[in-house]
Amino acid sequence: MAADPEDLKHFAGLLKAGSGFVLTRETVHLVEGRLAPLARREGYGTVDALLAALRKGADARLKDAAVGAMASTETFFFRDLAVFERLRDHVLPALAQARPGGRVRAWSAGCATGQEAWSLAIAGEEAAANGAKLSLEVTGTDLSRACLEKAEAGLYTQFEVQRGLPARLLVRWFDKVDEMWRVSSRLRGDVRFRRVNLVEDFAGPQRFDLILCRNVLDGFDAETRATVLRRLAGRLADDGVLVLGAGESPRELGQTFAALPNARGVFVKLSAARKAA
Amino acid sequence: MKTCLVVDDSRIIRKIARRILEDFAFDVAEAGDGAEALARCRAHMPDVVLLDWRMPVMDGLAFLKSLRAEPGGERPKVVFCTSENEPERISEALDAGADEYVMKPFDGDILGSKLTVAGVV
Repeated sequence: MAADPEDLKHFAGLLKAGSGFVLTRETVHLVEGRLAPLARREGYGTVDALLAALRKGADARLKDAAVGAMASTETFFFRDLAVFERLRDHVLPALAQARPGGRVRAWSAGCATGQEAWSLAIAGEEAAANGAKLSLEVTGTDLSRACLEKAEAGLYTQFEVQRGLPARLLVRWFDKVDEMWRVSSRLRGDVRFRRVNLVEDFAGPQRFDLILCRNVLDGFDAETRATVLRRLAGRLADDGVLVLGAGESPRELGQTFAALPNARGVFVKLSAARKAA
Repeated sequence: MKTCLVVDDSRIIRKIARRILEDFAFDVAEAGDGAEALARCRAHMPDVVLLDWRMPVMDGLAFLKSLRAEPGGERPKVVFCTSENEPERISEALDAGADEYVMKPFDGDILGSKLTVAGVV
């Protein structure tokens, strides 16, 4: 790639404003690999040509697609299995017990192609099968429309369903369609997907009991990270649970969260009353 | 060092699996069919068996059933690794006592992931 530095600088600005992703000396190499398929699909031939077109004033759809394509889509089923076992065996049953009808709302924020949202739904179904009175509703959101389309289709390759997903759960929750595997109709009722850009204001009336936002915040600068964390905390119920990536913590929010012991990345929100106690 | 017995009638598959498993610090032994694998297990029970299904002499499922019926109480983890990719086959293997199931083709990511799920790495 030999992009015009001005084109690259313009794209960095577009990316920061559009998704919070900060292009640094360490991450600039990702531009070529992640934009190349889009450049080909849109008939630009090279990433350099696409970047030039974006600076000259491309339409909103192309800008959106370019920003979306830069997001990491590295995801797999039950990523960090211990976290999902903790959710299935302890967190979800406890949240359900404290709610009328056992109704728990969960949000997979930055869900990419949906594996995390579906894993969460499976964990909920397994918890219910183990005796928890739980009715789990999962919302998966992402910035990338292309990712959301795949997530919603719930159709995965043989390679994808073999990364992280135990075989026992594969045959229970997926149907084989030709050489692909599709999420079963029963599970589809538990999950819905919609587009949310975490760097835009996503305040709303609905509060979630469980929010997963794993390996998403690390791409942001400190200020954006703190803003997004504050907003996530605002959408979380007073006794809600926040799950971040294994090495991440909501340190910017001070005493708002307490880490669950023996579960890396899992934090309980402390309500005002509990903090005072 | 954990031990893994790779059971497959294809020498190439055994070689690929060996390379991946050695990266996961396994001491690897090989067998070309279920009967040879059973004899090896009786001589020295491995921690893990990576097991093909369709093989001459004794197939993977027959081997697994025999292995699980062995006296002595040792229960190595068994991960099927086969081109049989129908849900009914997977269920049949799990019901017979397999711990995990890999559908070929596989690579280091898939095998590593399945060994993690099976609790052996």
